[in-house]
Order: sequence, then structure tokens, then C-alpha cells
Amino acid sequence: MIDLVPTPAERDNVSLSQTASAPFGREIHHVVARAQLSPNVTRLIVEAPRIAAIRQPGQFVIVRRGPGAERIPLTIADADAVAGTISLVIQAIGASTSELCALALGEVITDIAGPLGNPTELLETGHAVCVGGGVGTAVVLPIAQALAARGVKVTSVIGGRAREWVICEQELAVCGQVVVCTDDGSYGRHGFVTDALRDLCEAGGVDGVYAVGPVPMMRACAELTRPYGIKTTVSLNSIMIDGTGMCGGCRVSVDGKTQYACVDGPEFDGHTVDFKLLADRLNTYREFEQASLAAWQAAHGEAL
Amino acid sequence: MEDLTTLAGRAASEREPMPKKERMGIGRNGMLEQEPLVRAHNFAEVNLGYTEQLALMEADRCLQCPRPYCIEGCPVAVNIPNFIRLLSEGNVKGAADSLLSDNALPCVTGRVCPQESQCELVCLRGKTGAPVAIGHLERYVADWALNNRGAFSAIKPTPSGRSVAIVGSGPAGLTAAGELIKRGHQVTIFEAFHAPGGVLIYGIPEFRLPKDIVQKEVDRLVADGVVIEPSTIIGKTYTLPELKSHFDAVFVAVGAGLPVFMNVPGENLKGVYSANEYLTRVNLMGAYRAGSATPVLHGQRVAVVGGGNVAMDSVRTALRLGAQEAIIVYRRSLDELPARKEEVHHAQAEGVRFELLTAPTEVLGDEKGWVSGLRCLRMELGEPDASGRRRPVEIPGSDFTFPADMVVAAIGTKSNPLLTASAPGLAVNEWGYIATDENLATSMDGVFAGGDIVRGAATVILAMGDGKKAARSIDAYLRGGSTAASA
Repeated sequence: MIDLVPTPAERDNVSLSQTASAPFGREIHHVVARAQLSPNVTRLIVEAPRIAAIRQPGQFVIVRRGPGAERIPLTIADADAVAGTISLVIQAIGASTSELCALALGEVITDIAGPLGNPTELLETGHAVCVGGGVGTAVVLPIAQALAARGVKVTSVIGGRAREWVICEQELAVCGQVVVCTDDGSYGRHGFVTDALRDLCEAGGVDGVYAVGPVPMMRACAELTRPYGIKTTVSLNSIMIDGTGMCGGCRVSVDGKTQYACVDGPEFDGHTVDFKLLADRLNTYREFEQASLAAWQAAHGEAL
Repeated sequence: MEDLTTLAGRAASEREPMPKKERMGIGRNGMLEQEPLVRAHNFAEVNLGYTEQLALMEADRCLQCPRPYCIEGCPVAVNIPNFIRLLSEGNVKGAADSLLSDNALPCVTGRVCPQESQCELVCLRGKTGAPVAIGHLERYVADWALNNRGAFSAIKPTPSGRSVAIVGSGPAGLTAAGELIKRGHQVTIFEAFHAPGGVLIYGIPEFRLPKDIVQKEVDRLVADGVVIEPSTIIGKTYTLPELKSHFDAVFVAVGAGLPVFMNVPGENLKGVYSANEYLTRVNLMGAYRAGSATPVLHGQRVAVVGGGNVAMDSVRTALRLGAQEAIIVYRRSLDELPARKEEVHHAQAEGVRFELLTAPTEVLGDEKGWVSGLRCLRMELGEPDASGRRRPVEIPGSDFTFPADMVVAAIGTKSNPLLTASAPGLAVNEWGYIATDENLATSMDGVFAGGDIVRGAATVILAMGDGKKAARSIDAYLRGGSTAASA
């Protein structure tokens, strides 16, 4: 879990060894490991040597399962530059994500394009609180790892509806203290992640907050830290196709200006994000997703 | 129909040149096309092309001018009279050889070129009547070649031992690839999307340019030895300097990229698309098909803002996806519409409504964040602007609104900094487009650029012209002993 961000020297080595055999050649993205993290969240470890070698925390990939499949943006949750693999944590919300979650060992993802987006602006020193809600915890994980690797004190606050929905606790424990919150009190602290975040802010000494999760959670975190003047970085999972700025579907309003999450983000200052617009735009295809998920589950005999 | 048999019915193999006077007597032949009200509800190609008889009859209309202006009118300088003469002699294979030696993607240009403002504009026949239907003939010959691949032997150039990386597989990149592979260079194309073709695949709809035709054009290049690496984003997966250190030369043809929105309130409401997003969902991702994994909104009253080919493609797509009303909102008049004339005529015939001299001022929304209408101002034409077109001027107090549940912004694109940001040594102009000299060489040694990322949003054929020119410059560079970084 240490040193997940390759140094420039490591990057060069990987690049050279690759090009010696197959310069810029095509990679086959096998699934080499998989795990069910929560009732609807799956982690896939996938071969993607080039991306594994150069990705930085906060970056994402666009994944296309195979011919005819949708293009889906997924944050790179972790990477192993030596093994040439990246970790993708996927929540099944529609047919396309369900299909990815159902991939078996040895199966192949046809396209993984990236790494996309800007790397996280990491604190240099001090104390960072990393807040993760649901599948967003997997997005916060590489940030926590990178912060810990550079000596920043990390406290993680992660949450879920109930115990089985809490993910990445052990990985985050390597980076520092972890406070787990559940809505029903079945595990850890009873309550929302914002309750634990408020206590940390009250106690003082927090230099930055990184919050990733459902829109209401990120908005609540940003509102909570605003009076304390603590910089709060959020990662926006807006709808996108290409991930390179070409479609404009991922546009969000930040500080009153339209920005593209794919090329200007995906991380922004949470105190300047228009979360209502983000939430609105995220449900553009809600009906389609629900119908496609129902159809997929009917066809695959699964129900959540 | 009797005319067909008398004029063009001679067996193709025994055709003699026709006297000029007889040629002058033949009127321009249109292509067969799907009925407007049928095609407005399907995605099949609108134009059905020429029959052999129609093609031969149209070929006979060409006067074989001693000084053919049409060649000068063509951005890739196709030897038009030559291929038409070969066709009229009944030698369609010879015509195809001639055409393909000048133009790497004739099936594409025969369908999407604005011939009326290029080759056909200067055709002598146009002085006294209708010009030769050069585009229709190009399409006929090109389609014949595509359907008779066996008649053509694979190219076997002497390997040069040099390699070229091409960034982007749109019209400029594909054209350059075709030219460079013919000259014996190794060619690798890097494409950001999962499928090659660029705007030919994601932008231009099936009903205007069938995707299997683009695929076959790409297949022809691959058969000739071009390597295509999809899902590889130069500027992200690899940087331009990295490419340059491994290839002897690089051609950057990434297209213009970022969509421009109207800059009016409400344009982030649900139901407002850029034309790029709308067309990509429909074309590249196949969202027009039932059961598609990728969704697209099916607007019932769709307003498309803009007057170019992309606007026409968007509005006609909306019609095909079931819109009760599909409306073009354009701030100038019919005469200034930048789209190909044929597209405008097709759109009108299919029932598209044109709100001309109209500019949107606000996208209206409902309480759930969905588009509910468009507020507009009427315009009148004032003095000519820098482009020579009369500038639209607002008519005060002419505000009006109309209901709409979807809005598509098709008002252009601007440069995408993704690649240029990864190459600090690459000079760009004030708008972010790559600066080149007249040979399309950039400020980086061995790196050339062309198409929309150099000239701003333009046409397929101008991009192809750049691809051809860049290939010539790259070939000269590679053979000129001037060494690239990896030599």
C-alpha cells in the first residue's frame, strides 16, 4: 500500500521496459482478481500496465466492457505499477455497471482509456480528513494513500447504510485512523459521516478535507467545513462519454462558471460547486438506468 | 426512361467518346433517394446513388475541358476529368484506380463534400446550366471500388525503414495514413475513442454516411498495413514528446474538440446537449437502436441552434428519433446557412422547421431541471462582418418564447488543450490551435499538424487536403536526411 505513486524514475523504467518489447502496443485487459466489497459494489483488479505505471491519485479511466457496451468513467482506486494492474471499484446501478461487476476472473475488458482528469492537489503537510460515502470511499482511498506516503496525517471517515455497505476500511487503516459510521448503527459510530467530520473540525487542526460520495453527502461536508474555512475537495462523478472534453456532457457549475469535470476536474473546491445542478444532471438517465437494471437482473436472475 | 437506353445504354465495354454537341444535350442526373417522409423516420442512407446507366449518362456530360477548373476547385486536387473520362469509356476499374490515387476516402467525400462550393462551382457546364454531378460520380466509382475489392491488388511499396505516428483517425489522419503507407513508411494511428474514423464515425449520421462504409475505408488502410491503436489518448496515455522519441515523425490531427455552448442562462438544464454529445451518443454509441446500452433523450420538440452541417445532422437525427417538431434556430437568413445545400433541402423536405433570423437568449426550465422552452430574439441583417456575411442585429422588443423539451447547441467547437498541454514545446496561436508553416510543420522538429486543430472547425475535405499535404511534407522530411529524435 506504500509508494503507490511511482517516482519519475520508476515511471521512466516502466516506460522503457515496455517499449523495448512492444512500443505503444495494444494491451489486453484481463480481470486478474475480483472481490465483492458490499452488496452492490465489486472490486476488479485488471491488467492495464501503462495506466498502472503513470496514473496519479484522483485520475480516472473510461471503461468499455466490449462491443456495443456503454463507456463508463471509473476512478482508479489503486494501482500496482510492478504487476501492471489497476483496481476498479464499481457500483451496480444499471445494466452496464452490473455487467462489469459480473465479470469473472480471466475475462477481458475491451477498452480502458486513460488515465484521465487532473491528479489530486495533495496537502504538503499537516492533517487531512478523507471522507468517503459508499462507493466514494474507493475514490478517496488513493488520495489517502498518497497523502500518507508523503507524511501527511490522515484521518478517514467512512460510512454506509449498514455494516455490509462499508468498504475499504482495512486499506484506509494503513494510512491512518479510520472512523466508521453507519446510518443504522450496525457498525462503528451511529450516524452520518458529517457527524464525525463535525467533531474533527470542532477539535481543530484539520488542514484539508477530501470528500467523495453521494451528492448530498459531499454537499453536507462542504457546508459543514465552510464556516471553519477548511479547504474541501470533492470529486464529481458526472455523466460523460469521451472523458477528453469533447462531449460537454459532464459540465458542472463551479464558482458560477461552467467547467468540464473530465478535463477541468474531476476534483473541485467543494465550497464553489453547484451541487443542485450536479444532482439534477446526474439523474438525466435515471429512468433508463432503472429499467435497464431491472431487465438485466431479470435476465441474470439476480435481485438486490 | 427511354433516354436512359438511348444515351447510356451502350454496353459499357464498347463506349465511344460522344460528340460535344450531344453531351451538351444531356441534363444533370440526380441520384435516387428515399422518399422524404419515409426516410424522416429511419436511419438508412437518404441517397441511394446512381445506377450504372445514370452514372454513364452523367459521365457523358463532362466536356473534358483542356483546362479543367474542377481540379483546382478540389482541396485534394482529384484529377476529375480523368476518372470521369475512364468511366464514360466504360472502364470503371480504371476510373477507380485514378480516383483512389488522388483521394484516400472517395466513398466519404462523394457523400459529404460541399461540391457546390468547390469542384462543381467552377464546372464549365454550370455557366449555361447545371454543373456535372461530380460528387455523385465520385460516389458511384468509389462504391464500385469498395464492393469490388478483389479487383485491386494490395500495394507493395519498398519499405523506407521509417515510422510515423498519427494522432487522430479522422479524415486528416486517415488520409495521411493512406499516403504515407503508399510511400513505404510504417504508420501507426492513435485514436482516443474505441473505434477509428473520428468525425466520420461519431459525428456524421448513418443516414448521410453509413458506418459500414467508413469501416470498409478503414479496413482498406489496415489491409495496406496501417496499424490502429484505439482507446489511446495522446496527452494522457502517452505524451507528444514520448511519441516523438519513438517515431521518426508525428502527424497531429486530433480535431477541434471542445464544444461551444450559447452562453445563455439555462444551458446546463437537463435536455441541453452539445451536438458533439448528441451525435456521439447516437452515432458512435448506436443509441438510435432499440436495446442500446447507451441512452439518449428522445425529445418531442427539439430546437437545434446553429446552421451548419452539424446542425442539420442534429435536427434530422432528432426527427428520426421521433420528434414531433424539429426546429433549426439560426441567427442569419437562409442564404447565409453554412450547411451544404443538399442537407438544407433534405431537411426542408423531411419537415424540419426553420426559425431564421432568430437568436436564443435563454433556455427555459421546469421545476425538475428539465428544458421546457427557448426564449429568443428576432434579428435583422446589418453591415457585413469580417467573414463577409451580413452581421445579424437584434430587433429590440422582439422577444418571444416557444416550447421545447430538448435543445442542441451546434454552434461550433474550440481547440482542445489535452494534447498541446502535454507538449510545452509545441507553439499554438491565441485560440489554442497549433501553429504551422505552409508545409504544416509545427515548432517541434519532426512534428506536423493539420485539420481542425490547425484551421479551426472546417470540413472533412479540407482536413483531408491537410492530411495529403502533411504526408507529402513528412515524406520529404523522412527522406531528406534531416534526422528525427530517434534516428
